[in-house]
Amino acid sequence: MASIALSRVGKSFGTHSVLSEVDLDIKDGEFVVLVGPSGCGKSTLLRMIAGLEDITSGTLTIDGQRVNDLKPKDRDIAMVFQSYALYPHMNVADNMSYSLRLRRRSKEVIAAAVSAASGKLGLDPYLERRPKALSGGQRQRVAMGRAIVRKPKAFLFDEPLSNLDARLREQMRAEIKRLHAELGATSVYVTHDQIEAMTLASRIVAMNAGSVQQIGAPLDLYDRPANLFVAGFIGSPGMNFLEGRCEQGPENSTVVLSRGYRLPLSVRIPAADGETVTLGIRPEHVTVAPDGQIDAAVELVEPTGLGIILHLIVHGESFKLFTTDRALLQPQATLRINLPKERLHVFDQSGNRLAVM
Amino acid sequence: MSHPEAVRSGAARKPAMRRFADAAEPWFYAAPVLTLIVAVMLVPLLLGLSYAFRDIQLLNPFSGAFIGLEHFKTLARDDAFYRALKNTLWWTGASVFLQFALGLVLALLLDKPFPGRGLAQALVFLPWAVPTFLAGLNWAWLFNPVIGPLPHWMAALGILSAPDNILADPHLAMWGPIIANVWWGIPFFAITLLAALQAIPRDIYEAAAIDGAGPLQRFLSITLPFLAPTIAITILLRTVWIANFADLIIVMTNGGPADRTQIVASYIFTQAFRRLDFGYASAIALVLLVLLLAYSMLIVVIRQRLIEKD
Amino acid sequence: MTGRILMTIAHRAAILAYIVFALFPLFWLLKVSVTPNDLLYSEGVRLWPSHTTFEHYRFVIENSAFPTFFKNSLIVACSTSVAVTVLSSLAGYALSRFRFRGKYAIVALMLITQMFPLVMLVAPIFKMLSPLGLTNSLTGLVIVYTAFNVPFATFLMQSFFDGIPKDLEEAAMIDGASRFIAFRQIILPLTLPGIAATLGFVFTAAWSELLFALMLISGNTSATFPVGLLTFVSKFSVDFGQMMAAGVMALIPACLFFLLIQRYLVQGLTAGAVKG
Repeated sequence: MASIALSRVGKSFGTHSVLSEVDLDIKDGEFVVLVGPSGCGKSTLLRMIAGLEDITSGTLTIDGQRVNDLKPKDRDIAMVFQSYALYPHMNVADNMSYSLRLRRRSKEVIAAAVSAASGKLGLDPYLERRPKALSGGQRQRVAMGRAIVRKPKAFLFDEPLSNLDARLREQMRAEIKRLHAELGATSVYVTHDQIEAMTLASRIVAMNAGSVQQIGAPLDLYDRPANLFVAGFIGSPGMNFLEGRCEQGPENSTVVLSRGYRLPLSVRIPAADGETVTLGIRPEHVTVAPDGQIDAAVELVEPTGLGIILHLIVHGESFKLFTTDRALLQPQATLRINLPKERLHVFDQSGNRLAVM
Repeated sequence: MSHPEAVRSGAARKPAMRRFADAAEPWFYAAPVLTLIVAVMLVPLLLGLSYAFRDIQLLNPFSGAFIGLEHFKTLARDDAFYRALKNTLWWTGASVFLQFALGLVLALLLDKPFPGRGLAQALVFLPWAVPTFLAGLNWAWLFNPVIGPLPHWMAALGILSAPDNILADPHLAMWGPIIANVWWGIPFFAITLLAALQAIPRDIYEAAAIDGAGPLQRFLSITLPFLAPTIAITILLRTVWIANFADLIIVMTNGGPADRTQIVASYIFTQAFRRLDFGYASAIALVLLVLLLAYSMLIVVIRQRLIEKD
Repeated sequence: MTGRILMTIAHRAAILAYIVFALFPLFWLLKVSVTPNDLLYSEGVRLWPSHTTFEHYRFVIENSAFPTFFKNSLIVACSTSVAVTVLSSLAGYALSRFRFRGKYAIVALMLITQMFPLVMLVAPIFKMLSPLGLTNSLTGLVIVYTAFNVPFATFLMQSFFDGIPKDLEEAAMIDGASRFIAFRQIILPLTLPGIAATLGFVFTAAWSELLFALMLISGNTSATFPVGLLTFVSKFSVDFGQMMAAGVMALIPACLFFLLIQRYLVQGLTAGAVKG
C-alpha cells in the first residue's frame, strides 16, 4: 500500500482550465472520496492519478516518487470503472488474472491469487462464465476482484456503484467498506452520491466547477461546511438558506430576516454592521412549535416512511423541514417553526462560512 | 514497484522524449496507410495532372514533351468527348434515380418484420456481391437473342418490334448498361437506407400513431425527414461514383455502337488502354475531375442554403 | 381487416418480385452453363433444359487457362484483403482513439481519394510500376488494390472501433498492458466481426476489379479472372456454355464471402461508411 500526494495539480486544454491547482495528501490506507456534481472535475482528477489523463501542471507522487510521466501500467494502481470494463471475450477467472498474466507471474501464483479473491467476493461458482452471463452485481464483484488480485499500491474507483439498483448499491457499499477494513488499501473513490461519500470515506474531498471546496472527515463536512456549495451538497434533503442582514451587538450578532424576524446568534460574527448574510439550517434541525417564531405555509407533504419531509414556503422562498412526528401528516395550511440558534450556519455574501453556532 | 530508482531518474530525465513518443503514437498506427495512399494514389494523381500538359504516348519513345494546353484545345474540338459528356449525364442520372427509387422501396419493404426476412434480405442483396465484370457479361448475355430470353420476351410484350439485341441498337443501347447497373446497385441503396430506417427510434412512430397520424403521414413527417441526411449524402457520393464507373460499359458495349454508350470515364480508359495516349487521357480525366468537384461543391452549397433557410 | 390482408399480400408479392429480379440473371447464368450445346439454340428461352450436363465445366477446368486465372485471382484477392485489413485496422484505431494534430488532414486526404475518378490513375500508375517490374505481376496488382481499398476500409474499421468502449483498453492499460498490447489482446478480438466484414468487402472488390488488371496485366500467366474471362469472350464469343461455366466459377468465391459478411451488412456497413 502507498501514500498518494497531489501538489498544485491542474489540468487545462489550451487556455481552458478544467481543474485548478489541487493539493491533497492521501495517507497510506486511507479511503478518500471525491464527491461533487457531474462535471466538477472529480473523474478527471481520478483519471489523472491513474495516468489516463495528462497532468498539465503540478506534481503527483505515489510513495514519494514522482509519477507524472509514468504510463498507467507502470504506476501499479488498480481501477474499478463505472461500466466495469470487463473483457467480454474472457471468462471471470481470465478477467481477474489478466494483470498477473501480463506480469508473467507463475501459474501457481495466479491460481492462488484468483481463488483468494474469488473466495472473498463469493465468485467461486462463476469463474468459468463470460461477463455476459453475469448479473449486474456479479459483474461489479468481478471488477473488484480484478483490482484486488494484484495487491496494487492503491485502488481507484470511478462511480463503481452507479449502474446498480438501489438495493444492490447499498449491499455493495457495505461490502466495499468491509473489504477496505480487511485489506487496508489506500483508496480513492469518485461518486456524485453524497450518501456513498458519507458512509465510505475516511475523508471527503468536495469538489465543484474544477476546484476543491473542502477536505475533511464526513461529519466535519456535515457539521461545518466551509461554504454554501458544501452546505447545500452534503445532506439530504439539502440545507435551507435564508437571506438576512447582520446587526452587531456588544456580545453577539443578530440576523434580521426580510420581514423583520430577528434571530439573535450566540456569538459575534466577523461581519460589518448591516452586511447581507445567508443563514443556513438543515431540514432535520428545524422544529415545529405552536409558539414558533416564523410563519410557514405548507405546500407539500412527503412521507418517506422513516419520517416526513414538509415542503414549506417561508417569506416566499421554498423551505424544507424533516421530522419524525407523524402528527404533522395531518393536512394543514400553515405552521409555526423555530430555527434553533445552536443549529444555524452563517455565510457571507461570497458564500464562505462565517460561523457555526 | 520493481525498479523505483530507474523509473524515477527516467521520468526526471525524459519528459521531452515521453512527450515526443506520445505525440508520435497515433502516427505510428496511421503511417503504413498514409505511405501507401501517398505513394499509390496521391503521387500518381499529381503525375496524372502533369500528364495532361504533356505529350505522353506509351509506344512513342520521343513523346514526353511539355505541350501546354494543346490537349485541352484538341478536347474543345473533340465531338466524341461532348457526346461522352452527354451520355455521362444520361447514364448517371438514370442509374442513380432508378437505384435510389427502387432501393428506397426495397428498404421500406424489408423494414417490416415478416417470416423469412433474413433469407429474403440475403437474396435481394446478393447482386451486390457479383463482380461487376460478371454482372456486365451476365446482362450482355441476357440481352443477346441467341442465348438470352429478354429480347424474345420484350418482343412478345410488344416493347421491341423484333427480338434483336438492344445493345446493338444505337437508340436503345444505353439502357443495357443502365439496367445492369440498377440491378447491381439497388442493394447498396437498400442497405444504406435500411440501416438508417432501423436507426429511427420506434417510439416516435408510436407517439405519432397515438397523436392520430396515419401511415402516409407517418412516412412523410417522420420517415422522410429522418432519412433525408442519409439520402442526401448517399446520392451525392453515388452520383460521383457512378459517373466514374466504366466497368459495365466497357464489358457490355465498349462504348459502342457508334459511341452511343461512351461515357467520359470509359472514353478516358479507351484513350489510355487502346490508343495508349496517356497525355490526352489525363487531360480528359482532369476535366472530369473539375466537373465532379464543381458538382459536389454545388450540392454542398445548395444544402447549406436549405439549412440556412430552416 | 381485408385491407390488412391485401396489404400483406402486396408486401410479400413485392418482396418476391425483388427476389426474382435479383436472382434471375444468376439463374440464367447457371442454366446456360449446364445446357448441352445442342440444346442451347433449339430450346431457346426454356427455363430449364430438358437434360443437363457438366461438360462445359469439365472443358473449362481441363482445357483452358481458367484454373490459372482462378488461382491468380485468389492469390490477389486474399493477399489484398489481408493486407488491407491489417493496415486499416491500425489506421482506423488511430482515427478512433487518438486526438492529434493532423487527424483532420488525414481524414480529408482519405476522403479526397474517394472522390476522384480512379481511371485518372491508370496511366500514371502504369508509368510508375513498369520501371519497377511490377506490371504484369500479381505483386503490382496487390499493391495497387491495397492502396485503393485502404481508405474505405479504414473508415469502416474506425466505425467498428468506435463501437467498443474506451474503458476496456484503459482497464487493460491499468492492468499493466501497453497500448499496443491492449489493442492486440483486448480490442482486436472484440472487433472480429468488423474484421470479417472488412475482409469480405475487400476480397469482393479485389476479386472484381477489371480496369487496372486489364491495363497492368498482359498475357495469360498472371491474368486475373476478370481479364481472362473478358479476353476469352472477345476471342471466342460463341462458346456460351463454357463462358458461363467460367462465370459461375468466378461467382462462387464472391458469393461465399458475401454469405460470410451479409449478416453484418446492415449494422456494420452503414455505421460509419457510405461507399460501396
